Amino acid sequence: MEFNSADISAFKNVWVFCEQRQGVMMPTTFELISEGRKLADELGVELWGILPGDDVDGIARELGGYGADKVLVYNSPLLKNYTTDAYAKILCDAVMTYKPEILLVGASNIGRDLAPRCAARLHTGLCADCTHLDVDMDGYVNFLRTGSNLDVETTRFESKLFDVRTNLKMTRPAFGGHLMATIVCPRFRPAMATVRPGVMKRRPFDAAGAERVELLHPEFSLSAEDCKTQVLDVVKAARKLVDLIGADVIVSVGRGIAKDIEGGIALAEELAEELGGVVGASRAAVDAGWISADHQVGQTGKTVHPKIYIALGISGAIQHKAGMQDSECIIAVNKNEAAPIFEIADYGIVGDLFQVVPELIAALRAEKAAR
Amino acid sequence: MKIFVTVKQVPDTTGKVAVNPDGTLNRASMQTITNPDDLNAVEAALELKDKLGCKVIALSMAPFSAEVMLRELIAMGVDEGVLISGREFGGSDTFATSQIIAAAIDTYGVDSDDIIFCGRQAIDGDTAQVGPQIAEKLHLPQVTYAGEIEKDGDTLRIRRMLEDGYMTVKVRTPCLITCIKELNTPRYMTVRGIEECFDKPIRIMDYQALKDHPLIDATTIGLKGSPTNIFKSFAPPLKGAGMMVEGGPKESAGKLVSMLAARHMI
Repeated sequence: MEFNSADISAFKNVWVFCEQRQGVMMPTTFELISEGRKLADELGVELWGILPGDDVDGIARELGGYGADKVLVYNSPLLKNYTTDAYAKILCDAVMTYKPEILLVGASNIGRDLAPRCAARLHTGLCADCTHLDVDMDGYVNFLRTGSNLDVETTRFESKLFDVRTNLKMTRPAFGGHLMATIVCPRFRPAMATVRPGVMKRRPFDAAGAERVELLHPEFSLSAEDCKTQVLDVVKAARKLVDLIGADVIVSVGRGIAKDIEGGIALAEELAEELGGVVGASRAAVDAGWISADHQVGQTGKTVHPKIYIALGISGAIQHKAGMQDSECIIAVNKNEAAPIFEIADYGIVGDLFQVVPELIAALRAEKAAR
Repeated sequence: MKIFVTVKQVPDTTGKVAVNPDGTLNRASMQTITNPDDLNAVEAALELKDKLGCKVIALSMAPFSAEVMLRELIAMGVDEGVLISGREFGGSDTFATSQIIAAAIDTYGVDSDDIIFCGRQAIDGDTAQVGPQIAEKLHLPQVTYAGEIEKDGDTLRIRRMLEDGYMTVKVRTPCLITCIKELNTPRYMTVRGIEECFDKPIRIMDYQALKDHPLIDATTIGLKGSPTNIFKSFAPPLKGAGMMVEGGPKESAGKLVSMLAARHMI
């Protein structure tokens, strides 16, 4: 197949890899379709989804409700479970045929396996785990105005090497959230990004869009010999995983519960229940084995923006802040008045969480009773 | 049988981190460590060596100062260290880096019973891209996020971790596997290993050593060969501090709840 990733004028449209597992669309896919719609509008092009799976036509149409113009659907028993080889072949062959200029992939354990493999095969650039995407220059500068320490009035944004107005600007945290970098891929197409789950906002579902979306079923070749790995089984965790990303209230625990781990978690659960929320945790608490990794908030855990975030006994390492600082209201309880978490807290209480939290629960109950 | 392990020396981002006024990282103020996931990769290799007696080769693309790290890995049980180092390699993104490391591995040759272990991702860039990109360049199957590995002859059964569970994957050698911290507990250096580590070879691969490899040319390595470029880098803004709620546990809890109620937050 004739394909030259450096012939950038041959590339057009924004694509989203639509990840499904066992025939159920991953929620991140809808976030990416919503974000992809924004980028496609900024470029004045179409938004396409690409959906490999087995008998997945039934879930393809919903993508139109979030902004997809077209969806390429690939059905095969060989695509039922994710394998690197089969999915990379489908995705790369499709890119070589249709030549999209932007390709977004969710930064899940599957997306982060697939995207680098494809970028290497296609000879193009990939930016990992992005938290912000722009084509439009005004939008990017506005983002920097509040989202960075840069003085945008004195910063030069022109480049001699590429057109800043048409290239995708992919922003991501690095060094554990201490630094942010905006990455560009000016000389090759598609510009590829994996996008952190939970960061992009899902648009309201539009039933007319779901009606309108065009499903395409291109011919493709895929054989068992193409797949050098074989999936023997897929096991869902028996325990229900905590839904941090969808939660309105998160009560997180950190090192501060060390003196009574079970008691500390029980208090956090009780407080969370009182507020209709869920329990999160710092990396320290997860690394110590006190609570499972699906509770982890932060750079290596989940990025959350609940209405209320309560940090109990969490010092506020920058990698933790990176995952929660956009919460609407941050409340911190910590014995150490110099804890960095207080630098970003809307309300801080210096004290022992084992004494403060029972009082908080009592006060909340009294407040409710008084209404 | 050979096992290759890719390793990286990284600033310890979990400790004290200082950012310069211009938004770049103040590396001088930071400690360097061997990337944590890479130590799990080294351990996975050494466990197979214990059982099968194969040779373990650790490769790192880094400045010469990373020799210390390679000596430490040798003191753990690694047989040979490879330092891929050269001005021409500087500024490489993950695409270019994987190109260079793949060429270095290919210089040894990948036999039918060989395995490459990588850490899932490095804590400085957190990209998790170099492993899969090396696998693609060497046309090898890959299994990422390995949480359990069983080897039976030329077949590996790997528990590949997902966010909501796991899948069990079967793959044959040669292959590339990326390791997560749940896979194992890295061993310590032994006293004997420390004594002997300076007698073991560290092979230097510079641009001259790799330049004739088909994967290496000026358009695919270093800053010029990297498809991605940094457009801007900056520090995230700090959210301004709010108010401290004063008083003992009962008083402060009461005040806080009143303020939240007044803001209709609860």
